[in-house]
Amino acid sequence: MLLGLLIIGIILSAILAITAKRLLSSAIWLAGVSALSAILFYLLGAREVAVIELSIGVGLVTVLFVFAISIAGDDAMDAKPLVPRILGALLALCLTALMGWMVVPSFLSGVPVPEASSTDILWQVRGMDLIVQVTVIFAGVLSVLGLLSEKILTLPAETKGGRS
Amino acid sequence: MNINLPALDPLSVVAAGVCILAGVGLYGLMATRNLIKIIVAMQILTKAAVLALVAAGSANGMVNLSQSLAITVIVIDTVVAAIGLALGVQVRKRFGSLDAANLSSLRR
Repeated sequence: MLLGLLIIGIILSAILAITAKRLLSSAIWLAGVSALSAILFYLLGAREVAVIELSIGVGLVTVLFVFAISIAGDDAMDAKPLVPRILGALLALCLTALMGWMVVPSFLSGVPVPEASSTDILWQVRGMDLIVQVTVIFAGVLSVLGLLSEKILTLPAETKGGRS
Repeated sequence: MNINLPALDPLSVVAAGVCILAGVGLYGLMATRNLIKIIVAMQILTKAAVLALVAAGSANGMVNLSQSLAITVIVIDTVVAAIGLALGVQVRKRFGSLDAANLSSLRR
């Protein structure tokens, strides 16, 4: 019951995030999606993921969005989408039905198996994932620095003429 | 064709909701040209994937394995969001708008 209410809340927040006119309210509804899914993670037994989702999904990503919107401006664009809205909705509906048909029955054939603790799995079985994560974070920091620093991007001649 | 409908246990409700959430994210990806909105839609899609992972782990009693996978997905998704937003800011500075259609120079 509670799980159903939470998932309905998540879907409603997601729809509001997609359809909101202002970018800022869109970001806030996205934070709502993250917060509700953190509660859902906790109820499903995934406590570590709940904490990480709450701190990263609700905290860091929202701050990133607000920062980007404050730089780029909150202009509401009403331009026509590249795919017509009705066709897009139909495609999304078909894909949802297909996914539901394939995913939902597989949830019923689960056989519980004993397993190691989550820290053991994270540090020993999936150590490769951690290395990949570190690499991705490093690459991400470098590319964000490269994208946001104007001195590297603009040529020296441009900076003399353009920015004085 | 014989389709046996699944019983309404809580985890199947979550699985169905995850599919609808992925559909909402896909629609958002197709229905907008605003770069920041596109990243919002991508975040919703990834959220659906993480929810599906955790719900599947919970259904099969392998919560810990699904947690370690979900942590990887969340970290990489955050990096993708950061890079996408930085790209959006640069596009806004160079092209004057956040319209994704402005980026294709082959049209003109």
